[in-house]
Amino acid sequence: MIAALLSRIGQMALVIFGISVLVFCIFFATPGADPTARIAGRGASPQVMERVRAEYGFDRPLPVQYMRMMEKLFVSRDLTSFVNHGQQVVPEVASAAPVTLSLVLWAAFFWVIGSLGIGIVSAVMRDSWVDRFLMVLGLVGLSMPVFWLGEVVNLFTQSRWHDTWMFRWVPPLGYVPLTENPLGWARSLLLPSLTLAVSFMGLYARILRSELLSAMGEDSIRTARAKGAGPVRVWLWHGLRLSWLSYVSLFGLDFAQLLGGGALLTEVVFALPGVGRLTYQALATLDLPLIMATVMYAAIFVVIANALVDGIYALLDPRIREGQHGR
Amino acid sequence: MGAEALLDIQNLKLDLPDGRRLLEGVSFQVQVGEALGVVGESGSGKSLTAMSVMGLLPGLRASGQIVFAGQDLVGLPDKSMRKLRGARIAMIFQDPMTAFLPVRSIGAQIDEQIRLHQPLNRREARARTVQLLGRMGVPDPAMAAKRYPHQLSGGLRQRAMIAMALSCSPDLLIADEPTTALDVTVQAQILTLLREIRDEGAGVMLITHDMGVVAQACTHVAVMYSGLVVERGPVRDVLDRPLHPYTQALLAAIPPLEGPRPEQLPTIPGQPPTPENRPSGCVFAPRCSFVRPDCAVRPALIETEEGRRVACVLYAA
Repeated sequence: MIAALLSRIGQMALVIFGISVLVFCIFFATPGADPTARIAGRGASPQVMERVRAEYGFDRPLPVQYMRMMEKLFVSRDLTSFVNHGQQVVPEVASAAPVTLSLVLWAAFFWVIGSLGIGIVSAVMRDSWVDRFLMVLGLVGLSMPVFWLGEVVNLFTQSRWHDTWMFRWVPPLGYVPLTENPLGWARSLLLPSLTLAVSFMGLYARILRSELLSAMGEDSIRTARAKGAGPVRVWLWHGLRLSWLSYVSLFGLDFAQLLGGGALLTEVVFALPGVGRLTYQALATLDLPLIMATVMYAAIFVVIANALVDGIYALLDPRIREGQHGR
Repeated sequence: MGAEALLDIQNLKLDLPDGRRLLEGVSFQVQVGEALGVVGESGSGKSLTAMSVMGLLPGLRASGQIVFAGQDLVGLPDKSMRKLRGARIAMIFQDPMTAFLPVRSIGAQIDEQIRLHQPLNRREARARTVQLLGRMGVPDPAMAAKRYPHQLSGGLRQRAMIAMALSCSPDLLIADEPTTALDVTVQAQILTLLREIRDEGAGVMLITHDMGVVAQACTHVAVMYSGLVVERGPVRDVLDRPLHPYTQALLAAIPPLEGPRPEQLPTIPGQPPTPENRPSGCVFAPRCSFVRPDCAVRPALIETEEGRRVACVLYAA
């Protein structure tokens, strides 16, 4: 058990190392591009260029440059963005992370509740008009671009109908920290997270419906009926138990990529200062240190989430538990 | 056959929504302490009959009567059916690997059935489960209850399945090919178990295509062909002196244990009819070597001697 855990952690470290090397090479070792100029920003004075070159070791071999970069990211945490007036990058990401985490947690809450509800209802009422209606609804949700939906939501709640009784409660765009005002926090995140959740809800409901229907054809479900279990128990306890493996694995990956900055469009549209918006800004200004930091942050989240999904998987399915470590 | 039969199926018909008839009027009884073997080839309707008794065939229309302990099960609302299912009528399935939920321990699954029907708490249910597993001859039952289906051998899984079926002391046990997925030694043990269950006073309905299994574990036998019972009676009589030409052909197709080995085993020429092209007369007539003009009218299942019935013009009075 401990050996398996250690080997898992080793694997994770290796993956993160690989990603960091790759990202570093793409941004700093591309032939023909001078990273010094990029970091110092456009129109930097020769003195600044010189300082950057010395600080990052760009006059020394590549491995040294890499080590320097990693040290600045993870050990001394003083990687500085020159584009953005000497802002320290790591604290910037650290202060953006709770915003993204709040947004994604809310969204995940909505999309899990929503997709469970829709998926189960349409599976139980399969081939009825309710099922068809819900599945079309899911498809619509799935195919609406999140930035468009966000803009539409903003249009109605921030300007057109803002002063009607329906949307008077909607706070202005932006983020309210939880520690400052819990109610304001929830209010500022409600619409953005619902917007973000819509497409996931559609996708997950469709997946759950088909998985549930195929699970209900299994022999073990017939056994459950033969035991005298009622329909609610058969669907929710036996059917769901058999069908949520792919749901869980998909959820883990989507959740992680959203935490890692995948909610970029939502954050930009709703002016939430999260990791996604930070990435967006970094890309817009070609702020190399910030890009490096956000990409590494995202990679770490995805790797950790992957490991967590594997763990949950093993909890849910005893057959996998044994397959992994052998018997 | 008295009126107090535990299970009395009278003229059970089963139709698909599109009008095709799967069962053409099945009739047989199971008495307390009796084991009825239901034999027939694949597609003869054995399993469909069993599933109808369990009420597990949504989407099919059943007519006729299935009287269980004085109560007609045809058209019984699902809510009342659920109280019988698992508690008074229990079923053992063919493949214990797929019949158990793979992601929960077998103990938990047996506990579930007990607690569905009896007001026991978790601990009491588990105690009962362990006791049942022990009775089924599962070594170290407390440990076995904590294991998952894939961790047990086929024989142990089937024992667990039987333990689950017996967990609420059912009056009627339906076993759908319980030994098909098992090797021969395990098969013999399972059949012995079934015999013990019957001796304890439950009625057993054993579905199989294996005459050997019938000979070992049953007191009575009903032979099904194309959705109909063509012959039924006490197991010794039917096996020693089969009346219906189909039963005769079926028994002739079993290789003899003693004497010279035949050059070629006799087979029944032709295919059993599908529901669409089932003959309006005797269903076996197209493949029967005794076929006569009066086979064009479907013969009734008539009593030829005490306790024996056969549906064939050869024995018409």
